[in-house]
Amino acid sequence: MNAFEYRVPRALDEALTVLREYGEDARVVAGGTALVTMMRQQLVRPGCLVSLRDVQGLDRIEAVNGALRLGALVTHREAEVSLLVRERLPVLAETFRRVATIRIRHMATVGGALAHADPNQDPPVTLLALGARVEIRGAGGRRELSLGEFFRDYYETALVPGELVTAVTVPLLSASSGATFLKFLPRSADDYATVAVAATVALEPDGERCREARIALGSVGVTPLRARVAEALLSGQRLGESVLRAVGEAAKGEVDPLSDHRGSAEYKREMTAVMVGRALTQAWEAARRSARGTL
Amino acid sequence: MTRVIRLTVNGTSHDVEVPTYRTLLDCLRYDLGLTGSKEGCGVGVCGACTVLLDGKMISSCIALAVFADGRAVTTVEGLAEDERLHPVQQAFVDSGGFQCGICTPGQVVSAKALLDAIPNPSDAETREWMLGNLCRCTGYYKIIESIRAAAQRSRP
Repeated sequence: MNAFEYRVPRALDEALTVLREYGEDARVVAGGTALVTMMRQQLVRPGCLVSLRDVQGLDRIEAVNGALRLGALVTHREAEVSLLVRERLPVLAETFRRVATIRIRHMATVGGALAHADPNQDPPVTLLALGARVEIRGAGGRRELSLGEFFRDYYETALVPGELVTAVTVPLLSASSGATFLKFLPRSADDYATVAVAATVALEPDGERCREARIALGSVGVTPLRARVAEALLSGQRLGESVLRAVGEAAKGEVDPLSDHRGSAEYKREMTAVMVGRALTQAWEAARRSARGTL
Repeated sequence: MTRVIRLTVNGTSHDVEVPTYRTLLDCLRYDLGLTGSKEGCGVGVCGACTVLLDGKMISSCIALAVFADGRAVTTVEGLAEDERLHPVQQAFVDSGGFQCGICTPGQVVSAKALLDAIPNPSDAETREWMLGNLCRCTGYYKIIESIRAAAQRSRP
């Protein structure tokens, strides 16, 4: 690893000042699981690391106006075991539980995972399906982006030098809705997904037909992505094999996976259809339970 | 670029001057001479470098030493009291929970953290907790057995 300055500001404003001072040469660090690994591999060589560990107020999980707000420093493990998250958005707690190992989840933070922008990560997939928004602070003030706007490319976000992620706000599911996160793992339980899918289904008042569905996918493109063509096929439909087949086929056309040791591009494309079908089925069943008031 | 950090390691406070790029693992091994924690994969996957930071297990190979400034670290060297092995260590010995031994410090530290959090874990809970500690020789049955034995022995 190269030599670098290490700064531990005690307040957000101080962190922003240090970031401005060092510009592109600075990197924000929280848990460090991604950044330190990349530094060890000489993939990044920052001149200054700005640790957020002593910045107060970034580590809270709160319920706000029909949403959950997770501070950037909340660890994956905290999000996983939080009673608030488990009760209000079990799909999100379950998604964090599927990341790597407890050891890594003790270190890795919610904000860090977003800023890292590796399309193989799990939480961004569920956050994208749930319509989460990222809170960003910089010298120019505060701004908020949808995840679709935030993720730009492989390891690339809309963050500009001097900015950092402070929180993510996740809307709760509407009535008569269900959500599922599924991770296809042909190798080991702590691996990145070969294909990851998060699906939400909101039902019409009849408790059967789909009013709106969202499908988000991970590990099959340069960013986590929404399969919008596939989603559009679901409006007004009842759950059934022919619908799922058509939606799966459509989703295959919306992904652009790379061949790697987790599977060939062709295989990942095929498995996208399979996993989308499974995730929708589970989300639909959860939505029906919710509509019947049995959830 | 160096920094003086204060670590409480296994109950003893140390002031150490480290380069900012020093990993916590290297600091423990080379600055403090605590070579129980091992470097296996170097990317946080294998678990050989597992230590507890303020009681929570982490991968010390991808944590910088400066992250631990002002915090408490527990390594495998801190488990035994005087000459008496920790119940988890004794159970690994009694149940044959290791062969070559390189993964063992990490296994033992993770297992201790498990029993601290869940004193009487189900096998499913044990497997989920331990899934990030890889063993390339003995396999996992004996490790699970050792943890089961340690939990039984620690029961009041």
